[in-house]
Amino acid sequence: MNQPTHRSNRILLPARSWFITVTLLLALLLNLVPLGRLPFVPDWVALVLIFWSIHQPLKVGMGTAFFFGIAMDVGDASVMGQHALAYVLLAFAGCGLSRRILWFPLLLQAAHVLPMLLGAQLVMLAARMIGGAEFPGLLWFTSSFVAAALWHPLTYLLLLPQYRPVERDDNRPI
Amino acid sequence: MSVVGHTPPPFFKRGPAPLARLTFFAALSIVLLVADLRFHTLEWARLVLATIAWPVQRVAQMPVEGAAGAGQYFASLIQLQQENAALRSRSLATANQLLRQEHLEQENRRLRALLDMKERQPAEGRVAEILYAARDPFSRRVLIDKGLQAGIAAGQAVIDDLGVIGQVTRVFPLMAEVTLLTDKDQAIPVRVQRNGLRAVAAGAGAGSIELRFLAANAEIQVGDILVTSGLDGLYLPGLPVARVAHIDRDNSFAFARIRCEPIAGVERHGHVLVLGSRIVPPRPEEASTTADVPGKGRRVKKAVR
Repeated sequence: MNQPTHRSNRILLPARSWFITVTLLLALLLNLVPLGRLPFVPDWVALVLIFWSIHQPLKVGMGTAFFFGIAMDVGDASVMGQHALAYVLLAFAGCGLSRRILWFPLLLQAAHVLPMLLGAQLVMLAARMIGGAEFPGLLWFTSSFVAAALWHPLTYLLLLPQYRPVERDDNRPI
Repeated sequence: MSVVGHTPPPFFKRGPAPLARLTFFAALSIVLLVADLRFHTLEWARLVLATIAWPVQRVAQMPVEGAAGAGQYFASLIQLQQENAALRSRSLATANQLLRQEHLEQENRRLRALLDMKERQPAEGRVAEILYAARDPFSRRVLIDKGLQAGIAAGQAVIDDLGVIGQVTRVFPLMAEVTLLTDKDQAIPVRVQRNGLRAVAAGAGAGSIELRFLAANAEIQVGDILVTSGLDGLYLPGLPVARVAHIDRDNSFAFARIRCEPIAGVERHGHVLVLGSRIVPPRPEEASTTADVPGKGRRVKKAVR
């Protein structure tokens, strides 16, 4: 009886494509809020993107990641391709590890996501440092830690529409 | 997407393998990176995409602008009165200079005409407001609320009430991007106001500027004011740029390490003035390349001193 099982004790409804698109666009909007060089602000697009690439690897993949990366490059006024490269690698890691990560409880899932987000930041750092930019300071990396800490609430928020039963019935167990 | 170590059965159509897809998109991103960083050929694409994204950006700015507006609304009356009094006394203090400037400019024009010198271009500019600082943590840039429609062009100098803050680097239809003096890639030719020593100042990150390629025994002191030299044809000469804050003369290096602090409120937000483009007289014809080589070396050395 020691077989591992998915922690979720509910059977989820299928995710809707429009909901995924709306959440990604909302994340993009949040990223475009001009907060300047404030540290601790997570990269919302990276976080939502890795969430969907882990939960819905068939619907959100590297193509979506590339598109939103280019959108971030334009919105951020950074170098073209910088976010795109990092997000594509992030989506690749997310899709490849999705079957593994979902077996873990949420806290350990966040521990998986943290190195991926840090890796994406390192890719961006390498791309810009080769281009001769200045080092943004170690405080910049805190945004990944904040994003990983948000994994738990984000999971509940983004899976909320899938928890809903199709029709209410007193005799249904779920 | 396949699970690591397992390939899906061939009857499920899933497109190219993940690794092939990764290679494709990563290569595309790297091509874009190189094209933008090395060849700067993607400005048109950025212009088109930024124009499409402009409404979205305005929506994203609303909460921050709203918060700032509310903050201003609740600013206490006393604070506004104090500020008003301070501004009044400052305008009185500068009134003397301002009132005499018209007279001095006329006199200057007459004298220049007498001396048969070319007239200096009068400075004209457009007031713009800094919307926000770009989120990109690797550079120091701000966005202002005037763009192509207001006649802003790339390369124009941007000043505030104290001195130079930077230069317009990208222009969108309704916005423009200003690279601040403290950006690592931003260089500005300057002159020491006290003795006329010429140098190039470049951003050093962390809100400071450094003077590059000045010899260890160059005649410069802490506290010296640096003003634009105007040699580049972009900045009008004589605009205050920075104050020398720290000099490190180490004889084991050829050049002194000179750190300066910008005079203008480079990292602060507010209103700025975008100066019109300068009309530069055409450069004289260069001598033939073979004769030019040794002369060029000497000239560079002299400029470095």
